[in-house]
Amino acid sequence: MRGFPEWITLPSYQSLAMGRLWHFFFAWLFAGAGALFVVYALFSDHLKRDLWLPASQWRGLGRDVLDHLRLRFHANRGGYNGLQKLSYLGVLFVALPVMILTGLCMSPTFNAAAPWLLDLFGGRQSARSIHFIVAGSLILFLIVHLVMVLLSGPFRQVRDMLTGGRRDVT
Amino acid sequence: MKRNDAAFHGRRRFLQRAALSVATLGLAGCDRLSRNDQVVKTLGLAERLNLRVQRFLAGERGLAPKYPPSMIDATFRPNGSTDPQAPRYRQLAAGQFRDWRLEIGGLVDAPLSLSLAELQAMPARTQITRHDCVEGWSAIGQWRGPLLTDLLERAGVQAEARYVVFHCMDQLGGEDYYYESLDLSEARHPQTILAYSLNDAPLPIANGAPLRLRAERQLGYKMAKYLSAITLVGDFDDIAGGNGGYWEDRGYTWYAGI
Repeated sequence: MRGFPEWITLPSYQSLAMGRLWHFFFAWLFAGAGALFVVYALFSDHLKRDLWLPASQWRGLGRDVLDHLRLRFHANRGGYNGLQKLSYLGVLFVALPVMILTGLCMSPTFNAAAPWLLDLFGGRQSARSIHFIVAGSLILFLIVHLVMVLLSGPFRQVRDMLTGGRRDVT
Repeated sequence: MKRNDAAFHGRRRFLQRAALSVATLGLAGCDRLSRNDQVVKTLGLAERLNLRVQRFLAGERGLAPKYPPSMIDATFRPNGSTDPQAPRYRQLAAGQFRDWRLEIGGLVDAPLSLSLAELQAMPARTQITRHDCVEGWSAIGQWRGPLLTDLLERAGVQAEARYVVFHCMDQLGGEDYYYESLDLSEARHPQTILAYSLNDAPLPIANGAPLRLRAERQLGYKMAKYLSAITLVGDFDDIAGGNGGYWEDRGYTWYAGI
């Protein structure tokens, strides 16, 4: 019996042993890249300048939500809008760290290293559920993210991603 | 719905096909990588990193979490072999394991041969711990038995010994007997015991009677059931597939702490 269709699993054939090899190899790459990003975001101006919401955006959040619900996107050249920033902050500083922590929570040796982590997530099985649910949410985020890029001028968006955008123009 | 012209359909078909081929190519590519020895070896580098980092973080003696009696599962879910059919095992089980003995040998000063009664007469440790299967499920049970380190002490481990190999009486899915191994560090861990009792009752056949390994900081596949012998070795080269365990010979990592 398969939990997931073969086009979405790695490898496509059923092999828990091989799946684990891929999983843990890329878990290290992910954790390493994530740690570098967090250090960079904190010590450069990136977090404060691009991701943190100024007071005006916190106040405008309600209108932002309504506008998004009406599919009215005004991609502002000057940077991210409030809702966008909130979702990036949520993914970068909540969802992704939770993935690593709940993953480690399923490891019996790591449980010996940090038993408090089990208490934090309510045991190994609830950590496992959270791991799956957050993984699903991240895939949903990726899909929405890509759709939003397509809806808001894909050429300009990708160009700005590669070049850092034209901040001075605003 | 005004756009049902041929061009639109053609384009949609093209996009569908393109997406499908990309997905198929990606799949085939990853499957080929999964069958490439060099790739598998590279992916496997994470295993050694996991072992080193986890040992460092948990320490040699860091204890697996203990649980209160109220959390013990009514039935401890058995897995792998649950009713070994090997004639030797059937015969021993029929005699309530009175004729069974645990042989400890290999790179030791004084090989041991112990009956169940002799093992039960040794100082024992009782622990309520959680068993974690590589498949994802967990079960909590209370185990009782002598510390493996005490037995190793009695046998006298020689300097060249690096691993403790556990030989079992069950054949899982065919001819091959189950076996597993720990390094000396995990074997000497204060929670590593040879359990003859589960939840205050003699170890049931489904859970590995008469004796099984409990290595509480490892996944379930490490914890060999139906033990008949323990050997101290320097490497695994001459044992079965040479990877240190039944599942290890079938692609699973030797380090089973994660």
